[in-house]
Amino acid sequence: MALLEVRNVSKSFGAIHAVNDISWSIEPGEVVGLMGDNGAGKSTLVKLIAGNFPPTDGEVLVDGEVCHFHKPIQARAKGIEVVYQDLALADNLTAAQNVFLGRELNKGFWPFRVLNKQAMIDRSAQLFDELKSETRPRDLVKKMSGGQRQAVAIARTRLSNAKLVLMDEPTAAISVRQVAEVLELIRRLKHQGVAVILISHRMPDVFAVSDRIIVMRRGTKVADKATTSTSPEEITGLITGAIRAA
Amino acid sequence: MQHDLIKTTEIGHAAISDVVENKEQTFTARLIASQPFWVTIALVALVMVMAINEPSFGTVENAANVTRNFAPIGIMAMGMTVVIITGGIDLSVGSVMGLVAIVAGLFLTWHYSWYVAFTMGMIAGIACGMVNGFFVAYVGMPSFVVTLGMLSIARSLAVVFSANQMLYQFGPDAPIVRAIGQAKWPLRAPVGWAPLWMPELSSHFWVMVGLALIVGYVFNSKAWGRHLFAIGGNEQAARLTGVPVDWIKFQAYVFSAFTASLASLLLLGYNGSAINAMGQGYELRVIAATVIGGANLMGGAGTAFGAFIGSAFLEVIRNALLMAGIDSNWQGAFVGAFIILAVLLGMQTGGKSIVAAILERLLPRKHR
Repeated sequence: MALLEVRNVSKSFGAIHAVNDISWSIEPGEVVGLMGDNGAGKSTLVKLIAGNFPPTDGEVLVDGEVCHFHKPIQARAKGIEVVYQDLALADNLTAAQNVFLGRELNKGFWPFRVLNKQAMIDRSAQLFDELKSETRPRDLVKKMSGGQRQAVAIARTRLSNAKLVLMDEPTAAISVRQVAEVLELIRRLKHQGVAVILISHRMPDVFAVSDRIIVMRRGTKVADKATTSTSPEEITGLITGAIRAA
Repeated sequence: MQHDLIKTTEIGHAAISDVVENKEQTFTARLIASQPFWVTIALVALVMVMAINEPSFGTVENAANVTRNFAPIGIMAMGMTVVIITGGIDLSVGSVMGLVAIVAGLFLTWHYSWYVAFTMGMIAGIACGMVNGFFVAYVGMPSFVVTLGMLSIARSLAVVFSANQMLYQFGPDAPIVRAIGQAKWPLRAPVGWAPLWMPELSSHFWVMVGLALIVGYVFNSKAWGRHLFAIGGNEQAARLTGVPVDWIKFQAYVFSAFTASLASLLLLGYNGSAINAMGQGYELRVIAATVIGGANLMGGAGTAFGAFIGSAFLEVIRNALLMAGIDSNWQGAFVGAFIILAVLLGMQTGGKSIVAAILERLLPRKHR
């Protein structure tokens, strides 16, 4: 059974059909690259899955169960987490504080119920260790590199034991060395049985980590191919419309 | 030639280790980088210089006086710090003080008991905070505009309610009200036990200390405090992670108004009368104290101790100027200059204290 299935999904905003009758699915531990030009409907599709709004038509199924998401928190309860492009981290807090932001661990009884700082630091250290990242829990995010920030954002998704992680342009605007670090993080997630949807414009990154590539153009799915059976040239053609469909 | 070569490799090496090591901050490093620490040192130095040069400064009477004078500012600085950490500002605190004093004063002149009067004053103050919080947090208006409006509204209401009269003919509970505002601890012989060198500290001071301890505890050990800092650091991130951003921001303005009400009621008791001009211009002193204490007007940084030490620093300067025989009309110029200076230093140094920034430039790398 597929972890997530999108069945005949459409979304229109007034007269604009952002996403048109799209179907596909993703298995646990699978990395799917979602590609397409600006305005192809990638973001709308991601927002449908992340629960920002429900589809106009069609269904989103998690573990074979039809879900009607209206808020991101509902999708999160089903094990779907999003790593946002701007990473959504508070610079003035430490790595551990960011990992546990909004779901802090407490100890003691009210009104003396206080933050369990040591437990949060230990758990964060463990998560970074699992991700093979050298990020330290007590470091301020302000002073971190792009790769380390990604590690913090990804550790957040591990904390909630997410089954599916949506990553929006994780390798945009960071240095070459850090890109390698982030791709390694994605492989670690896959290794732990987490499904990843990678939205990116960067062809080499998508080819480096994904099992499958889905290409969207003008709101429709024009290709869904195993990475090994396609080439960057073909994908480029599909994105621009030089190749109509594959 | 060869010497030069060695030098370059050394620099290269240092640069690499800087990037790779990215040391965790030690306690001393954090202390040196914190603005409240240096303000404390400046305060101690100032007190020592004044105590040596001015015999009347170092007396226990003056110590009691100074600690009582800055306590209302310190109390409000706690609320202001909470608001400033979220990235907002509350300009209405001075006017809220005036309104609270008049409302409580009116109930006292109508011969209600002191707790009814204080409760009504508190309700009036907190209502102002709720209006501020509603428009800032839920409507999304800039805090500057909303609280500036409230500054005008609350002062105007105070003038209208008081019919522009001073209220002093309080009913039967007048002695209790005065006792609350003028209470001291510890007392000297014959009633108390305190030795001669110990200042008799006012109730205002003790309220401030209690409040500072509570606020410090919340900042350090409560999820609410953590969320406050997250909102100031990246409001969008806090929202995405499920922090109830609007609710917490709303509470911040209510808390600020609460501290202003508290300060107002203590001053009402101390004076034994209520005037609608109470707290006029205090917003500036409170903001100055908060910023001098290291709170960042851009949000995301601030401490309870900083608010305490910042207000103490301002008052000692004011007191020192008075004792040095400088015209009291100069105070406004000094307070204003200190705000600009404190913010300027924060900007120049990227949030570090000025001393830490200077040390960083002067000291060789390995000593940092």
